[in-house]
Amino acid sequence: MLVYGVAILAGCFIIGQLVGQLLGRALNIDANIGGVGFGMLLLILVQQWMHKRAWLTPDVDSGINFWNKMYIPVIVAMSSIQNVKAAFSSGLVAILAGVIPTVICFLLVPVISKISKAKKQIES
Amino acid sequence: MSDWTDLFIKNGFVVALLATGIIVYVSSLISERLLNKKIPGSAIAIFAGLGLAYIGGIVTGGSNGIADVVGLSGFTILGGAMLRDFTIVSTAMGVSFEVVKKSGLVGFLSLPIGVIVSFVSGAAIAVAMGYTDAKSIATIGAGACTFIVGPVTGGAVGASSEVITISIAAGVFKSILVTVGTPLVAKSIGLDNPQTAMVYGGTVGTTSGVAAGLAATDPRLVPYGAMTATFYTGFGCLLCPSLLYLLVTLFYN
Repeated sequence: MLVYGVAILAGCFIIGQLVGQLLGRALNIDANIGGVGFGMLLLILVQQWMHKRAWLTPDVDSGINFWNKMYIPVIVAMSSIQNVKAAFSSGLVAILAGVIPTVICFLLVPVISKISKAKKQIES
Repeated sequence: MSDWTDLFIKNGFVVALLATGIIVYVSSLISERLLNKKIPGSAIAIFAGLGLAYIGGIVTGGSNGIADVVGLSGFTILGGAMLRDFTIVSTAMGVSFEVVKKSGLVGFLSLPIGVIVSFVSGAAIAVAMGYTDAKSIATIGAGACTFIVGPVTGGAVGASSEVITISIAAGVFKSILVTVGTPLVAKSIGLDNPQTAMVYGGTVGTTSGVAAGLAATDPRLVPYGAMTATFYTGFGCLLCPSLLYLLVTLFYN
């Protein structure tokens, strides 16, 4: 049944959100910490577990994969509800504080991944 | 005419599905026919979304982009946080646990680096632009992390609403720049494998920007980048109003 796939995805999502919320509360901050990440990890584990037992029928799989394919349209819709106008009209501080740290982070990405790759080579 | 608006308002979500389908279709046509597939259709569609959001903001004066246009309010559901997170979780389908285990550690190590670097450089800009109070400096620095970390920090330390607005705007700017910039810089920063995608998600943070930027670059990398990026905002909300704010108060009042 296709709906089983959808329900499995929904279950992973809800449990992940719950874990993120509890983690936020445990650390005394009003935010969900990694709820989506926990949900993803759970889905990865559940799908492996189901795959081994041959429970992951094409039907179940397509219930999850439908949402996987809806991902880009959802992101398009998300882009179209951002407050782009306010971002452009908030002045120079906002522009600089948005742009310069982003550029620095972009530049850091290859540095950090190089460090980790070098480490692995030394270890092996 | 009012029949149409009635129909659109009553069926907002379905209208949003139809409109999004049209945006994606037109974008793929532009990509294929006009640009020879040099820019992927999804990148154009996301960029078109941002453009429509800007137009929506100008026309209606509202803060929800195109969703403030009468009859298009369904976009807040289709593009809202719930479906965004739900579809992001679904991208984990087909992700190999081995890869996550192998490169997970460095991905998560990049989180504190990303938050601290964004905060410090954002705070430095606030100082350079003439802010001298710790609350404003920390809030703008936090806004340089994501548009959620900014207001959370501002609220926690008691910054003025004007500064909080600036911090949100800075975060939205970051998200836009990450969306548009990622496909452009992907090659030069080596963003073509799961491990770098995890580092990238942890360093850059902003989930919506990372998710959209990776979707426009290579959809196969989305789950890896999203997985670390999703911890970034929470981590920022943890560090910015506490440790990093205290650090700022050492130098400014």
